[in-house]
Amino acid sequence: MLFIELIAQGLIQGSIYALIALGLTLVYGLLRILHVAHAALFTLGGYMGVLVTNQFDSLGLAMLVAMLVSGFAGVLMYRLCYEPILHQPPFVALIASIGLFIASEEIFRIVFGAYGLSYRNPPLQAQVALGPLSFKQAELLVMVGGALIIGVLALLQSRTRLGIACQATVTDPEMAESFGIDLKKVRYVNFFIGSALAGMAGVMVALLNNLVEPTMGSVASYKALAIIVLGGLGSVPGTLMAALILGVVEAFGTIYLGKLLDRNAIAFAFLILVLMVRPQGLFSRK
Amino acid sequence: MEYEISLVTAVGISVLFALSLNLITGFCGQISLGHAAFFGIGAYGSALLCKVGLPFLLSLPLAMLLAGGFGLVVGLASLRVRADFLAITTMGVGFLFVGVVRQQERLGGEMGISGIPDTGFSKLAFMLLTLGLCVVAALFSHYIRRSWMGQVFNAIAEDEDTTRVLGVDVPRFKLAAFAMGTALAGLAGALYANNLKFISPDSFGFVESMTVLSMVVIGGIGSVAGVTAAAIVLSLLPSLFTFVGEYKLLVYGGLLFLMMRFSPDGVTGALRRAMAHGRR
Repeated sequence: MLFIELIAQGLIQGSIYALIALGLTLVYGLLRILHVAHAALFTLGGYMGVLVTNQFDSLGLAMLVAMLVSGFAGVLMYRLCYEPILHQPPFVALIASIGLFIASEEIFRIVFGAYGLSYRNPPLQAQVALGPLSFKQAELLVMVGGALIIGVLALLQSRTRLGIACQATVTDPEMAESFGIDLKKVRYVNFFIGSALAGMAGVMVALLNNLVEPTMGSVASYKALAIIVLGGLGSVPGTLMAALILGVVEAFGTIYLGKLLDRNAIAFAFLILVLMVRPQGLFSRK
Repeated sequence: MEYEISLVTAVGISVLFALSLNLITGFCGQISLGHAAFFGIGAYGSALLCKVGLPFLLSLPLAMLLAGGFGLVVGLASLRVRADFLAITTMGVGFLFVGVVRQQERLGGEMGISGIPDTGFSKLAFMLLTLGLCVVAALFSHYIRRSWMGQVFNAIAEDEDTTRVLGVDVPRFKLAAFAMGTALAGLAGALYANNLKFISPDSFGFVESMTVLSMVVIGGIGSVAGVTAAAIVLSLLPSLFTFVGEYKLLVYGGLLFLMMRFSPDGVTGALRRAMAHGRR
């Protein structure tokens, strides 16, 4: 019983990781940048979700606003911060991104206060029984919504011109460009989608915890990095699998290893262990 | 005077810490996002040794040995990964260290270790000792840079594959950089613990790793003088302006970003460019 419950909890956490990490993977696949500041967009989404819900009392609207705001903020971030330093060695963008993230955490603290915000009447908190297990509605939304969004994206990627252009750009940017694909457009679209997903994840985490705070992105950002590395950097299916696996490993780890390591340490111990055996990540073909 | 002395001591420890990362990231080009872990290992090692009655001065080399030993292990593990994978692995090491220390009652847990015994040094003598060690570390860095080993480090940083093809035993030199850098970080940590007399896991987390990396980057990766200057300025900033003290992380983050955005080779690089421009 405990076994199944832990797996379910792990999958819920894993779905959230997947939504955050997906955007990171898209960015990494396109630009080879470890986009730490991605988590700032996640936090931004969380804040937007709570603010809009408290104002207009509509979770759907909140989700939409959060995704749009995070999406545009992501494109802006790319335009102002990454585009000018793309030709530099990779650690330049990494450090710039970390700097951006640290600064933005402080901005959230200054603008919204250090203690965070909560929903006035948190939506979707009722318990639903599913067989022997019971979930909060919000938890179901996270799992089902996450899976749905990821499915739709996969479909769009393989069926639409733009999706195929994205794939081509990831595989070989120069070749893609010579076939008339507008690299700039592809990058903007990817940043928008990835950032919107992060915003959505922010709203969901805010639902689960009924709290948004300036530092809510920090753990998410480092863990999402661990996940895309586990997934083999730039591989979308690998990232999804790695996110779910990490969620489950953490759920079990906190029960059985909680005395030795805290939750973050378990995630990173698992990461280091995997990298020692497979330095290219779990799901890389190379 | 008391205040100035403790401030200078703290700055000295920062310089030592920054120089230690400079050996790894600056000279050898191996990015580390978890360097505070080795600072922490030195601090915890020295604190625990002093508490069981070892003299302070003897705890310094032991802390270096301990941190360097762990550094060697992490270095060995890191040989398997490169570039972005290395950055994330070292970040993981940082989180692992804090996570382990937090859960171990024997290491003080969340509360940390307090009541570290007196060093037997006066405040002034402790400051002089720290500054002396800084000078030694700077001279040592300078010596390494100009040595054969420094040349190889530079080659690895520039182009690892070519260096390997030239017949250089790259792993051995990387390990050497890791061992030296982490041992020096351990020394800085030991001084930190004995200066404050209190340590807790929060002082060795990701933000500290980033702070020291920002010193190395802003100073101009690899430049001993630049890194020293950046460490001095960045660790003084919070105490000089109480305004910055409140928004310390905003300033750090902003500087780090602006530096990378407009002058990726740091202040040293910007100066060099400005001078070259002036001569033309």
